[in-house]
Amino acid sequence: MALIAAVLVVVQFGAVPIALSDWLNGPWSEAPKSGGAHVLWQLRLPRILLTVAVGASLGLAGAISQALFRNPMAEPSLLGVTSGAAAAVALTLTLFAGLHLALPPTARLWLLPVVGFVGALGVCVVLQRLSRWLAPGSIAALLLCGLALQAMTFAIVGLCSFLANDEQLRAINFWTLGSLAGANWTMAVIMLTALLLLGSLAWRLAGRLNALALGEAAAAHVGIDVDRLRRHSVLVVALLSALAVAWCGSIGFIGLMAPHLARQLVGADVRRMLPCAMLAGALLLLVADTLARTLAVPAEIPVGVFSALIGAPWFLVLLRGAVRRMGSA
Amino acid sequence: MLTRRHLLALSSAVAPGVLPMLGLAGLPQRAHAATQRIVSVGGALTELIYELGAEADLVGVDSTSLFPVAATRLPNVGYARTLAAEGLLSLAPTLIVATEEAGPPTVLRQLETAKVPLHVLRADHRFEGIVDRTRRLGELLGRPTQASALIQRLQKEWAVSQQTVTRLAAAHRAPRVLFVLSNAANQARIAGTETAADAMLAYAGAVNALQGVQGYKMLSPEAAIAAAPDVILATTQGLESSGGADGLLRLPGLAQTPAGRQRRVVALETMEMLGFGPRLPQALTKLATALHAGAGKTA
Repeated sequence: MALIAAVLVVVQFGAVPIALSDWLNGPWSEAPKSGGAHVLWQLRLPRILLTVAVGASLGLAGAISQALFRNPMAEPSLLGVTSGAAAAVALTLTLFAGLHLALPPTARLWLLPVVGFVGALGVCVVLQRLSRWLAPGSIAALLLCGLALQAMTFAIVGLCSFLANDEQLRAINFWTLGSLAGANWTMAVIMLTALLLLGSLAWRLAGRLNALALGEAAAAHVGIDVDRLRRHSVLVVALLSALAVAWCGSIGFIGLMAPHLARQLVGADVRRMLPCAMLAGALLLLVADTLARTLAVPAEIPVGVFSALIGAPWFLVLLRGAVRRMGSA
Repeated sequence: MLTRRHLLALSSAVAPGVLPMLGLAGLPQRAHAATQRIVSVGGALTELIYELGAEADLVGVDSTSLFPVAATRLPNVGYARTLAAEGLLSLAPTLIVATEEAGPPTVLRQLETAKVPLHVLRADHRFEGIVDRTRRLGELLGRPTQASALIQRLQKEWAVSQQTVTRLAAAHRAPRVLFVLSNAANQARIAGTETAADAMLAYAGAVNALQGVQGYKMLSPEAAIAAAPDVILATTQGLESSGGADGLLRLPGLAQTPAGRQRRVVALETMEMLGFGPRLPQALTKLATALHAGAGKTA
C-alpha cells in the first residue's frame, strides 16, 4: 500500500506537468498524444516501475547477503558483483571501441547490459572457485575473496578510464554512478519478471538462512547443507544485482540500507525480513531517483549521488552502533 | 567514483534548478506561440544562433554555452553528454540542435520516440566545418540569408587572420607549444594530436610540442620536460583556477621546460579558442600574435 501511494505521489513530480487527461490518454487510446501523455506513459511510468524493481532487487540482494554472511555490513557490492559488471562494461567501452566494429543500433543497446550481466556472473564464478580453493565452506573466505575481486575490478575500471577518451569516460562515469534515465517498458517488464522469479527462489532459501544465523556449525548440525545453501544464495544475489546493474549502473547503499530498515520494522526473521527489505529498497530508490529527476530540472543528476549521500552517513551510524556493541561485549 | 568534475557539474546544475523546484508553478509552461522553441546543445552552436539573430527563440542551452553571457541565463539542460529526456521535453522544444558530442544514446532515442526534431550537426576542428554548421543552422532556423551574410563575414575575417599568421610565421621559427588544460590542481592534462588545441596550433603556425600522443593525457612531468615547449598554452579559466601563470608553472615538470624558465605562458578563453564557433578568426589572430611574440628570429 505504502509503495502504491509512493508511486502515485512521485509520478506527479517531474519536469513536465501531468494533467488528469494525460492519464486517460494511454497507449490504448487513439487520441493524439499530448506532450504530458507521452512523458507519462513512455518515460515516467516505465522509469518508476523499473526503479521499483531495481530498488526491490537491491534490497532483496542486500538482505540475502547480510543473512548469508551473518554480517549487517554486507551488501552485494562487497562480493565484487557490482564492480565486476562495471569492469566488464568499461572494458567493452574502451577496447571494443578501438576495434571499430559496426554493430546494428539494436545490438548496441543490448550489448552493454549483456556484457555487464556476464561480468557480474563471471565474478561470481571466480568467487566460488577461489573461495573453495582458499578455504572450502568458509563464509569469511568468501567475503575476503569478494573484497579482493572488488579491488581488482575497480583497478580495471580505473585503467579503462585512463585509456578512455572523453566520450567513453562519460559512459564509464554513467555506469559507476548509476542512472535510471534510460528506462523503457521492455526493461521494466523484464526486471519485474526476474524479480518475481528470483524472489520466490529467495523465499525458499529463507528458512535455511534463518538456521544459518546460529552459525555454520549449528546449521550443519540441524541437517542443512551449508555449502549448497551458500552456492544458491550467492547465485540469487549475483543474478539480482547483475540484472539491476546491467541497465542502471551501480547504485550504492540501497542494498545496505533496505535490510536494516526491514530488521528494525519486523525483526531478524529472514522470512519476514525479505519482503520488507524489498519494499524498503523500492521506496528508498524511488526517493533517490525522484530527487535525481527533479532537483536540477531541466538537467538530471546521477541517482548514485543521492543513494550515496543518504547511504554513507547511514553506514557511519551503523558502524558506530556495531563498534559500541563490540566494546560492551 | 565522484570526481571533482561531477561536483562542478552538480553545483552549476543545481543552482538554477532549485528555484523552479521550490515553486512548482514556476515550471516552464508549454507555449503555443507560432515561434520556434530552440534548445541548443553545444557552446559553438549557441554562439552561432546568437550571431544569426535567432536568440529570441532559444529556450534552453547546455552547460558549455557560456558565451555570450546572456546565454547563461537561459534554462540549463546540463552537460551535453549527460542530457535528460524529460528535462528537455519540459522546455517543449520545437527544435533541438546538438553536436555529435550529445548523449547518452538512450536519451537521444527517447527524444526520437517523442518526435522532437533533433538535429545532430557534424563537429570537427576545421574552419570549413564552421561554414557548414552555419549554413545548416541557417536552414534549420529559417534564416538562410542571415547565414550567408555571416559566412561571408567569417570568410573575410578568416582570410585576414590567415594573412596575419603567414606574416608572423615568415619572420620566426615556428614555436613549440604545449597546451595544458588545468581546471583543478593535480588534474592537469596535456593535448596530443586530434584535439581542438592541436588544430588551433596548426592553424596558428605553431608546432604541438606533444607528438605521438592522441587526445588529452594526464600531465606527466617527464613527458612535459621531454616535449621542451617554447610556450605553454592554457585557457583563462584554467589559469584562474591554478592561481595565474605562477600557479600553473608550479605544476611538476613545467618549470623545467624552456617555456617555464622564460615564464612564457599564453592563455585564451576556452570556448573562444577551442569551441570552433564564430569567434574562431579573432581567436586565431590573438593566438598567433601571442605565440609568435618574442619567438626566436630565424635569420
